[in-house]
Amino acid sequence: MPDLIEGFRNPDHIKALSSLIKKESTRKINIMEVCGGHTHTIMKFGLPQILPESIDFIHGPGCPVCIMPKERIDHAIALASLPNTILATLGDMIRVPGSKTSLQKLRAEGKDIRSLYTPLDVIKIAKENPDKNVIFFAIGFETTTPMTAVIVQMALKENLKNLYFHINHVTVPEAVDAIMCDGDSKVDAFLGPSHVSVITGYKKYEPIVEKYKTPIVVAGFEPTDVMESILRIVRQFNAGDKRFVDNEYARAVSRDGNLKAQELINTYMDVRDHFRWRGIGDIPKSALKLRDEYAFFDAEVKFKEFLPTVELDDHKMCICGDILKGKAKPYDCKVFGKACVPSAPMGSCMVSSEGACSAYYKYGKLAAKGA
Amino acid sequence: MSKKILLSHGGGGEETQSLIKELFLKYFENEILLKMEDAAALSMNTNRIVFTTDSFTVSPLFFNGGNIGKLAIAGTVNDLVMMGARPKYLTCSFMIEEGFSYDDLETIVISMRDEMLKSGVCIVAGDTKVVPKGGVDGLFINTSGIGEIVLEGISAHNLRPNHSIIVSNEVGNHGACILARREDIELETELKTDCVSLWKPVEALINAGVKVLAFRDATRGGLSAVLNEWAETSHVCIEVNENKIPVAPEVKGICEMLGFEPYEFANEGTMVICVEEGEEQKTLDILHTFEECKKASFIGKVSDKYENRVILNTPWGSSRFLEPPKGELLPRIC
Repeated sequence: MPDLIEGFRNPDHIKALSSLIKKESTRKINIMEVCGGHTHTIMKFGLPQILPESIDFIHGPGCPVCIMPKERIDHAIALASLPNTILATLGDMIRVPGSKTSLQKLRAEGKDIRSLYTPLDVIKIAKENPDKNVIFFAIGFETTTPMTAVIVQMALKENLKNLYFHINHVTVPEAVDAIMCDGDSKVDAFLGPSHVSVITGYKKYEPIVEKYKTPIVVAGFEPTDVMESILRIVRQFNAGDKRFVDNEYARAVSRDGNLKAQELINTYMDVRDHFRWRGIGDIPKSALKLRDEYAFFDAEVKFKEFLPTVELDDHKMCICGDILKGKAKPYDCKVFGKACVPSAPMGSCMVSSEGACSAYYKYGKLAAKGA
Repeated sequence: MSKKILLSHGGGGEETQSLIKELFLKYFENEILLKMEDAAALSMNTNRIVFTTDSFTVSPLFFNGGNIGKLAIAGTVNDLVMMGARPKYLTCSFMIEEGFSYDDLETIVISMRDEMLKSGVCIVAGDTKVVPKGGVDGLFINTSGIGEIVLEGISAHNLRPNHSIIVSNEVGNHGACILARREDIELETELKTDCVSLWKPVEALINAGVKVLAFRDATRGGLSAVLNEWAETSHVCIEVNENKIPVAPEVKGICEMLGFEPYEFANEGTMVICVEEGEEQKTLDILHTFEECKKASFIGKVSDKYENRVILNTPWGSSRFLEPPKGELLPRIC
């Protein structure tokens, strides 16, 4: 474990990469890091401070909590409010405000809401509470989807009758395409996601590079990974007009990805025709749901009558949408750090530690002052 | 079937008396407690005393390297010690859930006695309540303590530019250990709580005449909370170097996996010390003679760069504000 951390935080390597990028960078490059984990790395390790001004980051839509529209958070709240119910979900999800309340507040009012570290715990919860409905509010990109598929598989095997799934799994390539096809995108190159790519393989991004002629470098989450990937982007531009998917995170990512995980996902899940992304709007075929033959597990089917259907947009002062599209920075927002702070977030980007606003709030103020 | 604590043990009658005699007096015995008066009559060597209280509700009650009892002694002792005081007397209240295991209670009481031996403090008054099932989560303990000030003037208001900041051990061990235990994160290595009374190392620093300006045990909120509180209280900037802050590899691992900061994890036997410039090596030399302070490190300096802020410098030349911890600790998703 230490080698996997310290080995990729070696100060000499980071400094060397910094000077190489400074030396070789010849043009302005706007790099979108798709994944919230990269936003976190960039801000936590202060990387903009050791990069030339020609390299700018645009923070992408890759934070599963941030892109969840309010009506789906209201789904979670409606489900958790049902009698005789345990709602289980992951991480920051419990803090995100819906239209009226959050899961965290609901939990304080006595509703049984569990924030899991290990999604598989939901099987244990369902077994230990046979007289209750246990609903797993599943969120995340391709990284967490296979875990949900495994839970479905186990629930079938164990013949669990009291476990339901509310699936909110979304997919990266469709979101990237939605940002690029917008026309006024300022993105010149992408840092490709780390863990998502472990599952999908990097070939998933080849059509995007083909279509928009932007380099994508799949990068690990450590600071040397990000710095090395930026150097590779710079070099791809310097080398001529050929654009391709590059794989810096070769210690974990292959071209084809994790075939076993992909098969699991395909067995239990199907692509949704439409899914609304917070701040971006509807993106066709950008999310998954349970296959029709497993509809008996589907909380959206089973509890349909309790789930609100009205689409809800953010407060008009919140510019999370523009931030997710790369059109604005957190500091451009009038409520950033004032009316909108991590302890009372107005928009989703302030909620999760992977959200751009939260990362800027937590780590970025020093850099901003110096900039 | 193993012996259980019953509601009658807290009823004030015969069962209460036998619980006190067979358990509490057996292990906590001292002249003052044995008198069994309504209140303890105490004598002090000074008219300058410190007085504090703390309640302990940790779950799980037992964890690697300690339990709630050890914590209840070390926690209150350390609060006294951080004021430059010699811990003298404690009171102790147990709130026990009906049906609690007698053997577990005895184990907890024994570790309280063992922990008191480290600082020479003693329990001089106590109380026991047994509440119906569900009233408390197993066992809650409150301890209050009195200490005699031996080093005057210790305060969070004392920090000025050029003072030096030292941390007495690795940070985050207790928080990570509890989290791992609570969430059943299985670790191949043995991560232990740092829970320990800090009187001995502090006494050694005082006896050696080290010019200490402030002590603070980095409990809830961890190192980050202490540094931010100090910066705000003294209206200064504290600049620390990330590569000087000792963090155990296991703690780093847990933080990386779940998206936490080791600097925000609680400690129960690790303190932050502010000393005058030039006193760093002397402080470290003394601390390093104690097992519980083997990893003590000089982590940074007080400056006037910003008011009320803490800056973390990375070894590759970037820096960021270390924000005080906020909200609930929640793991990241992917």
